[in-house]
Amino acid sequence: MAKTIVEKIFSRICERDMSAGDVMMAPVDGAMIHDITGPLAIHKFHEMGGERVFDPSKVIMLFDHQVPADSISAAELQQFMRSFASEQGIFNYDLREGVCHQVVLEKGRAAPGEIIVGSDSHTCMYGAVGAFATGIGSTDMGFVLRYGALYFRVPESIRVDVSGTFPEWVGAKDFILSLAGDIGADGATYQALEFTGEAIRRMDMAGRMTCCNMAIEMGGKAGIVPPDKTTWAYVGERRDSVPFDLASDEGASYAAWKSYDVSDLEPQVAVPHNVDHVVAVGEVAGTPVDQVFIGSCTNGRFEDFRDVAGILGNRRFSDDVRVIIIPASREEYLKTLRAGYIERFVEAGALVEAPCCGPCMGGAFGLLAPGEVSLSTSNRNFRGRQGSAEAEVYLASAATAAATAIAGEITDPREVV
Amino acid sequence: MNGRGHAVCLGADIDTDVIIAGRYLRTKDRSVWAARVLEDLDPSLAARLQGAVIVAGSNFGCGSSREQAPVALREAGVIAVIAPSFARIFFRNAINVGLPVIEAEGVPCAGGEEIAFSLDEHWVEAGGMRIPFRPLSPKMQEILAAGGLVSFWRARE
Repeated sequence: MAKTIVEKIFSRICERDMSAGDVMMAPVDGAMIHDITGPLAIHKFHEMGGERVFDPSKVIMLFDHQVPADSISAAELQQFMRSFASEQGIFNYDLREGVCHQVVLEKGRAAPGEIIVGSDSHTCMYGAVGAFATGIGSTDMGFVLRYGALYFRVPESIRVDVSGTFPEWVGAKDFILSLAGDIGADGATYQALEFTGEAIRRMDMAGRMTCCNMAIEMGGKAGIVPPDKTTWAYVGERRDSVPFDLASDEGASYAAWKSYDVSDLEPQVAVPHNVDHVVAVGEVAGTPVDQVFIGSCTNGRFEDFRDVAGILGNRRFSDDVRVIIIPASREEYLKTLRAGYIERFVEAGALVEAPCCGPCMGGAFGLLAPGEVSLSTSNRNFRGRQGSAEAEVYLASAATAAATAIAGEITDPREVV
Repeated sequence: MNGRGHAVCLGADIDTDVIIAGRYLRTKDRSVWAARVLEDLDPSLAARLQGAVIVAGSNFGCGSSREQAPVALREAGVIAVIAPSFARIFFRNAINVGLPVIEAEGVPCAGGEEIAFSLDEHWVEAGGMRIPFRPLSPKMQEILAAGGLVSFWRARE
C-alpha cells in the first residue's frame, strides 16, 4: 500500500507495516530535555522506578530557557540536572551551545528516518532533516528516559505543496505564517504537515527549520520535509550518513492536500494574541513598537541575520526601540560574528546577547511592561508570552523585524531597502 | 469514573502560557503553579477552581508542551476539563497526570451551575441536558482511574 513519509518512518522503525491510526510502542532514536521541562521529567523517571536511563548516548541535555541562571531557583534546577547527567553518564551541552532545537540539528543528533522526542513543543523542527520528531510532556519523557520507547499513534498527514519563487525579502516565515492564517491554530491537530514542492526543494535548511518549527502552531504533531540533496548535505557534514530514499509514495493517502504559490506572497504578520491571526504587513504598517526581538529557534540563524544586515545597511536602529538580537546557537553566533554582522548590529544600537531563548518564552529577560508592543521573530504571540498580559506581541520574519527596528513602527521590508 | 462540580466557563484557544506563564516555571513548587494558574486571563480565577469543571472552547491547551499546565489545573482543584477539542500534547499530558479531559461538543456553560460527568458511560450533564461524548480509550480510562501514568505503571509492575 502506498505510504506517506511518516507511515514509512514508523514502518521502518517498528519493522512492520504501519499506517495512519495505528497505535504502537515505538523505540526512539533520541530524547531531548532542557532546563524548564527536564527537572519534572527526571522526577517522573524516578517516580516510575527508574534507576538508569535507557541509553545515555541517546539522551540530549542542555539549558537554554533561563540561562545564565536568572534566579536562585533556576540555578537549583540546573544544578539538579547537572548532577543527574553526571550520575547517568549523559553528555550535557549545558548552557554553552544555545537553543535546544538548533543544537540538536547542528550537532547531528537527528537524521532522516529517525524518531526523536523532546520535552518541548517545538521539537517538531527536526522534521527539517526528515526525522519524525514531536514534543511530549514530562511524564511521557520520564517513561522514555526509563524505557527508550513510547506509545505513538501514527498520524494522518496533510500534504502542503508549495510552488513558485519567493519575492525578494519574503521567505519561509512569511509562508508558514500565511499557512497558519489559512488553516488555523488547530488546522493540523493530531496530524503531520508534510512540506513538498519546488519552493521547498529550493529552500535552504534554515527556511525548512522555520517551517517545521511552526507546525505545532497549527496543532501539528510533526512537520516534515522529505530528505533531498540539501538535507543529506547538511546531515553529512554533521555525522556519518548514507543517503537513502525516503519520500511519500505516489498515491499515499492524505487527510488533506493544500497547494500554495508563493510568487506573489507579501510579508506576513501575526497580530496579538493568536498565531493564526495573520495579515499582510501593509494592514498593520505604522503600528509603533517598543521592542524588536530577532532570534529564537524559529528565526535565530545566520540566514536571518544576513537578512537583517541586508535591510540595515549602514543605518541605525530607531532610538525609540529596544532591539534585542540573539543568535540561536554558538555556531550561528560565530557565523554571524565572522561575517561582521554582530559589529554592525551593535554599532546600529542593538543589544546582542549570547545564544538562548531570550524573551521568547517570557521566563527570563527582555520582558514587556503593560501596554508595550513588541515585534518578534519567534513563534508565539500568546497573551503574556513575553511579559505582561497587557502587552502585545506581533510575529514576523527577520526582514520585517529589521525594517520595523529601523523605522520604530511596523514596516514592510521592501519599503526601506 | 464519575464526577460533579461547579462550572467555570472559558473561551477558545486557551494556551498553556495563559494556563501557567513561563515566569512561574523556574520552580518545582506545585503550590506556586496552583496559585498562579490562569492568572494572565483573570487573576481571580485560581481561587474559584476548587471543585470546578472547566467548560472551554476548542483547541484547549494549545502551545507549549509544559506539563506544569495540567498539573497546575489539577493542583488548583479542577476535577475535569470539557472542550470540543484539545491540543494534542496537553490532552496526553492531562491523562498522564490524572486530569480528566472530555471532548464534547455543545455543552452549555453557566458559571457556578452544577455540571456532572461520567467517563465510564461517557456523558456530561449540564443545563438540564445529557450530552454524550466520544469515550476515551479503555487504556486512557485505566490511567485516569489510577490517578495518572506513574501510578498506573507502578501498579502494573
